[in-house]
This record gives sequence, structure tokens and C-alpha cells, in this order.
Amino acid sequence: MGASSTSERLTTALQEISSNVRNMKQMEYFVLCRRTNQIKEELRQGVRKSYREVIDVSWGDPHRAGVKPLSFVRQVLAACLYPQLMDGDKLMGDVKERAQRLLRTCAGGSVGSYSDIAGIPQIVQSVSEYIVRRDGGVPCHPKNIYITPGSQWALTNILKVLVNSEASPRTGVLIPVPCHSTTIISLTALGAVAVPYYLREERSWALEVEELQRALESAKGVCNPVALYIINPGNPAGYVQSRKCMQEVIRFAAEKKLFLLADEVYQDCVYGKESEFVSYKRVLAEIGAPLSDTVELASFHTASKGLMGECGLRAGYVELVNLDPAVMKYIHKLFSTNTCPVLGQIALDVMVNPPQPGDPSYPLYLKETQHIRASLAENVRRVEEVINSIPSFSCQSLEGGAFAFPRVFLQPKAIERAKEAGLQPDTFYCMRLLEEAGVLFSPGTEYGQKEGTYHIRFCIMTPTDTMEEILKRLSTFHKQFMKEFS
Amino acid sequence: MSQQAVNGVSCRGKVLTVENMNPNVKRVEYAVRGPIVQRAVQIEKELREGVKKPFTEVIKANIGDAQAMGQRPITFFRQVLALCSYPELLEDNKFPEDAKKRARRILDACGGHSIGAYSASQGIECIRQDVARYIERRDGGVPSNPDNIFLSTGASDAIVTILKLLVCGEGRDRTGVMISIPQYPLYSAALADLAAVQINYYLDEDNCWSLNVAELKRALNEAKQHCKPRVLCIINPGNPTGQVQSRQCIEDVIRFAKEEHLFLMADEVYQDNVYAEGCKFHSFKKVLFEMGPEYSSTVEMASFHSTSKCYMGECGFRGGYMEVINMDPEVKAQLTKLVSVRLCPPVPGQALLDLVVNPLQPDEPSYTSFAKERTAVLAALAEKARLTEEIFNTVPGITCNPVQGAMYTFPRITLPQKAIDKAKAEGKVPDMFYCMKLLEEEGICLVPGSGFGQKDGTFHFRMTILPPTEKLKVVLQKIRDFHLRFTN
Repeated sequence: MGASSTSERLTTALQEISSNVRNMKQMEYFVLCRRTNQIKEELRQGVRKSYREVIDVSWGDPHRAGVKPLSFVRQVLAACLYPQLMDGDKLMGDVKERAQRLLRTCAGGSVGSYSDIAGIPQIVQSVSEYIVRRDGGVPCHPKNIYITPGSQWALTNILKVLVNSEASPRTGVLIPVPCHSTTIISLTALGAVAVPYYLREERSWALEVEELQRALESAKGVCNPVALYIINPGNPAGYVQSRKCMQEVIRFAAEKKLFLLADEVYQDCVYGKESEFVSYKRVLAEIGAPLSDTVELASFHTASKGLMGECGLRAGYVELVNLDPAVMKYIHKLFSTNTCPVLGQIALDVMVNPPQPGDPSYPLYLKETQHIRASLAENVRRVEEVINSIPSFSCQSLEGGAFAFPRVFLQPKAIERAKEAGLQPDTFYCMRLLEEAGVLFSPGTEYGQKEGTYHIRFCIMTPTDTMEEILKRLSTFHKQFMKEFS
Repeated sequence: MSQQAVNGVSCRGKVLTVENMNPNVKRVEYAVRGPIVQRAVQIEKELREGVKKPFTEVIKANIGDAQAMGQRPITFFRQVLALCSYPELLEDNKFPEDAKKRARRILDACGGHSIGAYSASQGIECIRQDVARYIERRDGGVPSNPDNIFLSTGASDAIVTILKLLVCGEGRDRTGVMISIPQYPLYSAALADLAAVQINYYLDEDNCWSLNVAELKRALNEAKQHCKPRVLCIINPGNPTGQVQSRQCIEDVIRFAKEEHLFLMADEVYQDNVYAEGCKFHSFKKVLFEMGPEYSSTVEMASFHSTSKCYMGECGFRGGYMEVINMDPEVKAQLTKLVSVRLCPPVPGQALLDLVVNPLQPDEPSYTSFAKERTAVLAALAEKARLTEEIFNTVPGITCNPVQGAMYTFPRITLPQKAIDKAKAEGKVPDMFYCMKLLEEEGICLVPGSGFGQKDGTFHFRMTILPPTEKLKVVLQKIRDFHLRFTN
């Protein structure tokens, strides 16, 4: 396959591909995933292990972890896919009404047709009304909303507009440490420079303006920072920012002329007793003029997280605030080449407009969502309890998001062994955890962390008995691991 | 937030301006959804508001969206997808067993048995295996490795991904990508976005839009002076032109690609849409392998397919795949890394693709009605293709090549000099001027040929052949009448 001797190479060689792509960091996940698939195969072939199945909580994927989809949204999807289902009494009146209303918004009355560039207009309208309700009345113009195949797609394309790959110095984007991995990799793929600002773990992963300032300083002479990327609620760390913190961030962005990118996909996952999600848009509006009219903001949300957890449907949206209309015209063209799958848009409609009290589907919807919330609350309680009782583990209080991100204190011998295996220490820990306990977490290396610290991330949106099993296996494994490397 | 800000009225001192934004994004144009479509949408709004016009509806013959134009989806596919979405329906005896069997198999391959879970970024493994088997059957046994299959969010996603991978270099070494003129503007948009060098090779209108190697050579040699040509894109069956390349032509292209060390991108999304007598779809991969190991082990290729076209017309699902052939394993590892950033393709689209590549067998209960529906769709398209060519060729000033395949016609229109002058006076490209006038007067939305590229001094438009037959006849008549008026 491709001669690579002194004669001319016949196929494309590594040096002949985009350097931005080459520079993209390989995720730690790959090596863990490969081994996971092997183990699953071994289990299928009857190889004996101390566990019967692998529990995969390495992604923010509630369904994969065993959480059931919400019935209402799935019934609506089924009815939209196969309208004959609506004949007869199998489905509730409000399911039929929603499906019929949504099918009328689809070209040709079918979910198989392309949608408008920014999404089906009636659904965009629903999203904008949701945003207004969420933000206590702050106006939202549908023209500023784009529904996209997942929020990451929207983020990547907004970054694309911001990142001038021909510029010198290169475009920089401030990103938190820790930060979720696909964003970091997207920046590299676009030829941008990631400028890290460290969240303060000991203070519940607080974002401190002094640290933003330091990060900005560090960029001098290295790159030209144009944007500040914020994740709230956090991923991987489970913080929810305070209003005060958000006001400081906004003022900082205004003062330093930074475009604010607010990744708010976990806005429906808040459980900390003192915590409340407020959107960046709302805080911006509350600060008032002139900032509220000038700070440029993109905020991202999705159908993948929250109570619906419909990651596989690939639907998200971005709201663009205070952007230059001339730039908006180009964004519109850029977004015209790939639209959001219609089924995903339907799920989004249900997310922003769920069944209400009095609707026939409401009792079941309430039961299902209460169950998910209660399970999550219980998981949070148990995770904090168990993790904090294990020596050499420490976990900041979980306030929001879908993950726990405890710090693990690894012994020098373990770190050494990791090096020998050619793995990052926390990847090594996760590999052993997978091997010996059949639990797949992801290592802090994936997200960035302070030098010399190690963390592991796992999804806490699971059924409660699954979480018990995870915690049991983790505790047992951890004791053995610590003993082995003492 | 002030009304000004809500309406997006420009304020001083923006961080992101037209001057400092990514200059490549400014070059992105996508005519299929461009200004004429925006005007069409506006007119539809006006009609809804009761504004009187010489027509009661806008016929959107601009985009290859079969179901938007009334084509029905395949019942069996929708049954399986409904079952996958709401598995409680597996208990419902109104659904046939063969649909349930497929739904169960798909759900078994999904995380947590839910289509709402992320899949592996390359796509669900058993579906990739099914795709590989489909390709092997289609290509008379030429082997296909599931590891070379990448499921994608429509074919567009895969096309853009490969280009992202391959475009590199600076200045005179910048990657050059050969695309046919006329072309499907996703390619030019992607090349602009990536700041790749676009190398145009002209299809031969006088010979049914065929491709000839002499023209490829001309284009390549000229391009070598200012860039590094590395990729050759070909759409077969063609968009917008509808030509189905002959086997000989495909061999010639492969030979050319080998000689010039070009990576072949074969966009084959219309592979089931072949209508003309004597025309046959030949997959690039099959021809490649039939040319022997000298070619089949060296020519690098990616071929693309989608669930949006053919007889399914399920554009809204965003399902598709690419197969990469003879890619260096290290480069393929980079490709795998690149696709992981967009997480995964939509799972319903993957499920749909599985049904397409794994069609019902004659001994299965739903087979008869499935086959009937599929035949009906393809027969209707064939009839519309024929009708379109026939009627357009009766109009003086419109010349229409046979619509051999795909879903479009790209007729050449002769415009009187005074119309060209008037267009230029209004700052419009002549065929845009023509199409806009047609839209305003008849409520028919086409895409001007300038959106696809054409030989200098020639004008065209692209029309889909998708409206229902009776409506299509009316549309063709109206265009004929309009053209006669316009050219008088």
C-alpha cells in the first residue's frame, strides 16, 4: 500500500496532510476505547473476569449509562416518522397535536426534507420564546438563533469565523483548565492557539479574574487573543458560576475586547443546594448599557444533555448577541451548507416546550423527569460521600453538570510505572481501573489540569444502582491500587 | 438589552468585524440556498400575508429535496425508524416482523439500546460492516473493509472532512483541488473555507457533459504553475449536469489520477438515479479493481454516498458514508482523529443507512410493497427526466442535454444582448437576472448557472425534476412561456 522507498510515494504521506490536523492531540480516550472493545469481546467469548460487563461512564451520555429516554419526546418522534401511528388511540392527544403541528412545519409535511438554514422557523421561534422565559423576559430575536447538528458544530463554526488562520500573530482563545476535550482539539484543527486560564480547584473550581488577567498577559507576543471561552455549568468540573463571577467575566471581556463564548449545555443540570443557573445573556442584560449593547456573546445549548440526554440525535443551537450585522450575513452563508437533522430539531422543540400541567402526557413526563432528577441528586450525594471517604481522593462539591471530577493522589511508584508504560499517570490509573474493575472513566489529562495533579472524570447521570456498582468497584479497585504502589 | 442590540443594529467598536474575521469565510458562497432562495422565502411570506401575485405558490425547484416536493418516504424504513425511536412499539402487532427484527438489531448496537446515545465517531460498527457488504455486493465481490468506512452527517460532512485532511502547504505549494465546471457548490464553498486552490476543468456541454482527459490535462498543467494539484473531484452521476459517465471515461480518469498522483474523490450519491437508456452506474472502486493491481493497490480514493437522494430522498436525516481506499494507515489514523471532533453522525441517519444498504429480501413479508414503492419512485423520476428534456428542447433558446441521471436539469439558455446589458446595468449576473425575473413573474425558484460555474459567455439554470409530474408539466410550460416573453 504505497511504495515508500527512494522512488516516488504513490499515496498521500503524513507530511502531505494538513498540519493543523496533524497537530491535533490524540485523545487519551482512543487507547482506553480500544482496550474496552477488546475486553467486551473477551467477555463475549467467556473469558473470566471479576466483572460481567463494562460500565462505560467516560462520556456525558446518559442513555449509554442506562438512563431511559423521556417517553413524550420519543412518542412525538415516532409519530412524526410514521404518521399512520396517529390513527387510533395508541398515542395521547398532546403527542398527536405536537407531531401534527411539527409535521406541518416540515417541507412536504415530512421529516425527510431539508430544513431552512437556521432551522425550522417555528422551532427557532419556540427556542427564542424559551430563552425569553428562561431569562426573565430579556428579549430574544429569532434571527440571532441557529439550530445546528450539535452544539459542538456551532462552536466550531463560530470559532472558524473568529480564527484568522492567515494572521500573524495567530488568533488565540482563552480556555479554562480543565476544559472539555473536543473544544481544545477544535482550536488546534483551526490553527488557533489555546490560552489556558486555570480554575481554582480548592475554591470549588472558581474562575478568578486575576487568573484571566494573567492568562491574557501570558499571550503577549505569542498570539492575538480574540475570545474568551467559558463553560457554565462546568465540564469536566462540576461547578456553577455565581452571578458575581459572571459579572466580573463580562466586564473583563468588555474591557479587554474579547468575544464571549458561553458554553451553557448543562444549564438544565443544576443540583447544588446553593446553586442557580443564570445565563450569560441575562447577566449581561442586567448589567445594563453600555455593556449590554456591546459585549459580543455566543451562547450554546443542546438537546444532548439535561433530562432528555438525546446525544445521538445531534441537535443544538447557538444564540448570537450584539454581533455586527455584516458579520452575521457571512455566518448565515457559512451555516447554509449543513443543516440540523430534523429529528433532532423536533427533540429540541420538545425540550424548550415540554408537556405542561393539564396536558395528558404531563403526569408521565413529570414522573420520568422527577425520577431522573431524584436519581441524579442521590448519585451526587453518594459520590460525594464515597469519594470523600476514600483516602487519596478529593472531590469539590458537585453543583452542576453531568460529571464528577475528583482529584486522585497517585504515589510516585504508580507515576513511575505509568511512565514505563508510556501513559500519563491518570490514563494509567483509568486503564487499570478498566482492566481490573470493568469501569471506564476518563483521565484528567484529557481536559488539562495543573501540573503534577491528576484527576478522573465520570458521568453521574446514571441509574442509582449503576452508580452504586460503580462506586463499589472503584472503592475496591482503589484500595488494591494504592496497596500495590505503596 | 436595548432594541438596537436586539435588532442587531451596528454599534461602534465591535470585537468581531468584517475586517478582522476569517477572510476565508468571506469567500464562502452556496448558491443552492443563496439570494434567490432568500427572495423566494420572502415571496412565500408575502403570499401568506395575502399579497396578490400572478401565482398562488412558489415552486422551489432549487434544491434536490424530493420529499419537500411530495415524494413519499419508503414505508418500511419509516416503520423501522419509528420502532427504533419508541421501542414500546415492538409490542404493537401493527408492525411487521421484518421491521421489528431490524429495529431490534439496530437498537442492540446502540449504547443503552437507545438511538439517543452517542455512537463511535466512525459510526456504529455493525452498520459499517453492513455498508462494506453492500459495497461488495454492488461491486461484484470486490472486497470492502469496514475499517475503511466512515459514517457521516450526510455526504457533505465526509467530503469536507477529506478536504480538511488533504489541504495543506503555503503559497505555490498550496493544495490544488480539481473540480468540474459546472459543479455542486458545496465543493467551491469548502475550498474557499479551507483556502485551497480551486482548479476548474470543464465538462463538455456539446457531448452530453462528458469528461475528457485532454481537458483534465489542460487544467492540471495550467494549475501546476501556481499550486500543488493533489485532489481530483468527480460527481457521478453528475450534479447539476445529470450525466452518467461511461466506463471508459472512468478508466481514463483513474489512469490520469495515477499518472498525476491525484487523490480521487468520487461523489456517487446519485448512484441509484440512472434513467437513460444505455447508461449504467459504474462505481469508481469497481472499475479501479477491474483495472488490475497496478491501479487497485496504488490509486488513492474516497467515494461518498448518502441517504438524501436515490429512491429514499431522506435529506432531513443527514445520513451518509465514505469509503477510503489505499489510504496510508498513518494518514487514516489522522482521519479517525479528525472525525472524532464532531462526536458522531446522527444515529437515526446511521440507522436509515443500515436499512438502505441492507434492503429487504424477496422472502421477507414487507418486500413486495417495499419493492413496489422503490420502483415507483425511480420510474417517476425517469419519466420526469424524459419529460423535462423533451419539453425544454421544444423551446427556441433553450437547449437541454439528456437528463441521464441524478435529479436535475441544467439547460443552456440563450439571452438576448439587451437582457444581458440590462442585467449588467442592474449589477446582476445575467442568469441571476433571468431567474429572479422568473421567480417574480411565475413563482418558480431555480438556481442560476453562475452558482455552479459555466463557460464564459454561456448561461444556464439548474432546475430539479422533483415536482410531481402534473405540476412539473405546468412548471415546464410556464418556463417555456416565460422564456419566449423574456427573449422577445
